[in-house]
Amino acid sequence: MINAMAVIRRYRAFLILVGVTAGLVAFAPSVGQRALALSKANVVEMLSFLPPIFLLLGLLDAWVDRKTMMAYMGDEAGLRGTLLAFVLGSAAAGPLYAAFPMAGVMMEKGASMRNVFVFIGAWSTTKIPLIMFETATLGFRFMAMRLVFNIAGIFIIAKILEKDLEKHPLPPRTGAS
Amino acid sequence: MSALALYAVAFMLLALSFMKSREKTTLALKKAWKSFEGILPQFLSVLVFIGITLAVLDKETITWLLGKESGAMGMAIAAVLGSVTLIPGFIAFPLAASLLAAGAGYGQTAMFLTTLMMVGVVTMPLETAYFGKRLAVHRNALAFIYAVLSSVALGAWL
Repeated sequence: MINAMAVIRRYRAFLILVGVTAGLVAFAPSVGQRALALSKANVVEMLSFLPPIFLLLGLLDAWVDRKTMMAYMGDEAGLRGTLLAFVLGSAAAGPLYAAFPMAGVMMEKGASMRNVFVFIGAWSTTKIPLIMFETATLGFRFMAMRLVFNIAGIFIIAKILEKDLEKHPLPPRTGAS
Repeated sequence: MSALALYAVAFMLLALSFMKSREKTTLALKKAWKSFEGILPQFLSVLVFIGITLAVLDKETITWLLGKESGAMGMAIAAVLGSVTLIPGFIAFPLAASLLAAGAGYGQTAMFLTTLMMVGVVTMPLETAYFGKRLAVHRNALAFIYAVLSSVALGAWL
């Protein structure tokens, strides 16, 4: 009983939103049906991407110890670590939200914050399959320009966030680990 | 396609891990499940919220908002739309192409795409769970500012 209550509390926001969708279906059927279809597609997409990502994350957690992670992606890893973070992020598949749990484990294992943010930046804008798709739909010139701008942005943002973290260190984790 | 490759890699490594150490593999699976189950409520809420948002903002509405000669106002709308919504790439790029075809400028289109990719207001609760509020807000704000600057430059250039 207490257990069920706890589960309901954790899923409260989700249940409310499902209620809103149900309300839309009842009172504004065209918008409601669309919302239902989109949510379903979103959840299916998530459930297709997340299991392998969390699997990899669990393996990373179990096999790569702090020392190894620090050697490859910590502060001492220098430019090579940053390059590795960039390549890993670009080779990734899946929406940006899937990058956060990965970044969480990297952070815990001692990757430098600069590298964590380069990883997230690369994941968000330089994913290779997406770039090929972008070239096909929007043309090479547009893709190349955007890519050049965004790669510069990834490093600038990572640098600024790293500086900021030196002044305001991260509070203890609140997320699931 | 890319999901399939992801599964292939994950299962290959899992098999390798299992051959090397049964205990570590069990530990990895336990950790994978725990972190998945831990963040699932936030994921589900965000995705349903996005579904509702996009049901209201359909393709026609977006094209109309960013369309021909929408100018600086169009830039602003593109920035807000891109930041708030979350649209997967395989929908976003064709949408951007149809925006260009409908007469939207390169600047508006780049603004929409860049904010879409780098800024995520609806996914902020997820980001906060891993990075804390300050860092999540900070990263999104910086990404937003950068997206605005680079898109204005790109629009002026192309």
